Amino acid sequence: MAENGPDAAEVLRRVRGLLDAYDPGSTERLEFLRARFDAGLAWVHFPPGLGGLGAPRALQSVVDAELAAAGAPDNDPRRIGIGLGMAAPTILRYGTDAQRERFLRPLWLGEEVWCQLFSEPGAGSDLAGLGTRAVREGEDWVVTGQKVWTSNAHNARWAILIARTDPDVPKHRGITYFVCDMTDPGVEVRPLRQITGEAEFNEVFLTGVRIPDTLRLGEVGDGWRVAQTTLMNERVAIGGSPLPREGGMIASVAATWRERPELRTPELHDRLLRLWVDAEVTRLTAQRVRQQLAVGAPGPEGSGMKLAFARLNQAVSGLELELLGEEGLRYGDWTNARPDTVDFYGRDAGYRYLRAKGNSIEGGTSEVLRNIIAERVLGLPSEPRTDKDVAWKDLPR
Amino acid sequence: MNTDGLDLLYSDVEDDLRAAVRDLLADRCPASAVLARCDSDTPYDLELWRTLQVQLGLAGLLVPEEFGGQGGSAREVGVVLEELAAAVAPVPFLGSAVLATSALLDCDTADGQVAGLLGRLASGESTAALAVPLSAAPGGAFPQGVEADAHGALSGRVTSVADATVADVLLVPAVGPEGPGLYEVAADAPGVRISAATPLDLTRPIADVELAGVRATRLAGGRIAEAAVDRALLAGAGLLASEQVGVAQWCLDETVDYLGQRRQFGRVVGSFQALKHRLADIWLEVVSARAAARAAADALAHGAPDTAVLVRVAQAYCAPAAVHAAEECVQLHGGIGMTWEHPAHLRLKRAKSSEIALGTPGRHRAALAALVDLPPAAQATGRPAVTA
Repeated sequence: MAENGPDAAEVLRRVRGLLDAYDPGSTERLEFLRARFDAGLAWVHFPPGLGGLGAPRALQSVVDAELAAAGAPDNDPRRIGIGLGMAAPTILRYGTDAQRERFLRPLWLGEEVWCQLFSEPGAGSDLAGLGTRAVREGEDWVVTGQKVWTSNAHNARWAILIARTDPDVPKHRGITYFVCDMTDPGVEVRPLRQITGEAEFNEVFLTGVRIPDTLRLGEVGDGWRVAQTTLMNERVAIGGSPLPREGGMIASVAATWRERPELRTPELHDRLLRLWVDAEVTRLTAQRVRQQLAVGAPGPEGSGMKLAFARLNQAVSGLELELLGEEGLRYGDWTNARPDTVDFYGRDAGYRYLRAKGNSIEGGTSEVLRNIIAERVLGLPSEPRTDKDVAWKDLPR
Repeated sequence: MNTDGLDLLYSDVEDDLRAAVRDLLADRCPASAVLARCDSDTPYDLELWRTLQVQLGLAGLLVPEEFGGQGGSAREVGVVLEELAAAVAPVPFLGSAVLATSALLDCDTADGQVAGLLGRLASGESTAALAVPLSAAPGGAFPQGVEADAHGALSGRVTSVADATVADVLLVPAVGPEGPGLYEVAADAPGVRISAATPLDLTRPIADVELAGVRATRLAGGRIAEAAVDRALLAGAGLLASEQVGVAQWCLDETVDYLGQRRQFGRVVGSFQALKHRLADIWLEVVSARAAARAAADALAHGAPDTAVLVRVAQAYCAPAAVHAAEECVQLHGGIGMTWEHPAHLRLKRAKSSEIALGTPGRHRAALAALVDLPPAAQATGRPAVTA
């Protein structure tokens, strides 16, 4: 669709048209956002009528920059990252027309927050082994099971959910993808306190949750394939946002180095510079990946970005505590709070160190990512698999 | 230097001591109780401390028998620290029985005040804290944060002191008209304010100590005071290596257990070669760390001439080894290792905090450079690089 879509000049013309009709200075925020969506300027690569123009995806940054320069409100993307980054592309690709019509607009506007019900206590790296059951009853599916590591479940109106609909076939084939109503009485959300002291995530218990078949995404039994769209987008979102030089985790340790000469030693200096070089090279690699994407030739380097950022964040935050010395013995606050977003930078170094430990676990562990690189990028044979052709119900666990 | 004279093994007596401490901790210090305390107003388990002090006599382990102690040495203390750290037991053993006691032992023990305090520490009547930041490293300048006036009254501030909130006696390094001194201060004396800080290591509380014209007794002055503080930090650094071994071993054992049970992809996760190799690497670091920690403890016990070298080596090696083991423990547990409920995070916090305590590995390496005649590179200007 991108080939036939409008070009940069046309997109810019539409941005100016929107700004003329809805002055950001005097238009109420939600009214402006609705007008933006209806003008096809929400996500320009989406189809017309669903917030887009069928334009090349790269033009979105042009739109965002123009609107930001004009002082226009945005849709607070950090608050609704799961909806924007994971649910929306999946609904777009696999949803029915009715589902796209129903969900995409309130999702983008932030009127309806989304969460993701994928991981389970017994199914983390091996997500396809999940045990949450969905059983067909008339026009509904009845879902029972436990999900974990769910950001925003306590604020969410909807969830993307994968559940087992056929235990008698091998695990990848018996999964179906649903949209789950988080207000269903069978949904119970419990905060999950983590290493940092706060509960950024939740456990979600599903007990006899009724999901109408009209909220199924994709075919019955095809949920694993549908989920790949979601997961690919998640990893792009984690590894992909542009950073300026010395942006990200390296920024605060570099600032501390400059402001606190009394903390400096030759040994720490050498380690800081090594990590500074790593940060710069990782940033350049990410930039190169984005350029490859923009010209329509995505390279395999993308698979490595989340891995690289996890390693970098952990090394930099670990060094920061050592550099701080006595101050590194202290922590900001262990209170069991429930933040809506993760903010590495407004917090103390101890928080950064502990929170960064999750970077190599969430959204695909570094071990799984290394397997993906070894097997899909380098073409090496996979580990011997004993679970591929066995019915899910017969797997040892 | 030949190290053939070092005894790097555990004696039968040390094995018995370990078993006694381990049994007590298994009974009295379960993970759930330690975790519950982290969220409470009583971060220390003072009943457990009382049992360790009196029933097992551990408070006076380093104190000679003539003062009512056990007459043990750094070797036994190392064994106790391994066990206390593995269980992250919230007791002030390091602050009182190691740091403060070591400082006192390097004062003039013929002095009645010194001997009396040693006796009170050994009997469990008193708990003491050495009023220096936990991050203080041996070989540094004498602490300048507290001043003594002509009448011996102390004023000043010391931050991040380990185990200060449960001490009834503070040993305060202070500088007076006659130079450096080490002073005994009652924690409840007028003018003393001890405020708990929020520690990264939830099982080793730290506090800021403020003194405003506090009456104090001078225990040592001049060179003796300087040496007492420095030797206490050296002993502390050397023995902290045993804590780090205890933490690393716990992390290894816990991870091996978990990977031997957890199934993903239809198989036990520990059967993946990539993970087995990581655990084998941790194992090698743990056995190496144990040798380094035993060498430091044995050298401290016997006053070996190259004690300083062995302490620096032990800290430079064991601190990062414990951090590595704890980080791998969290990572290889996956999501569950990131939860507050799982005990791994308490070891990660202990390991990372211990890397800063009593000198970072980088500072110990820099000090080692001077001891083994490997001077730092000269700068391009021809000036020698500044060492820590």
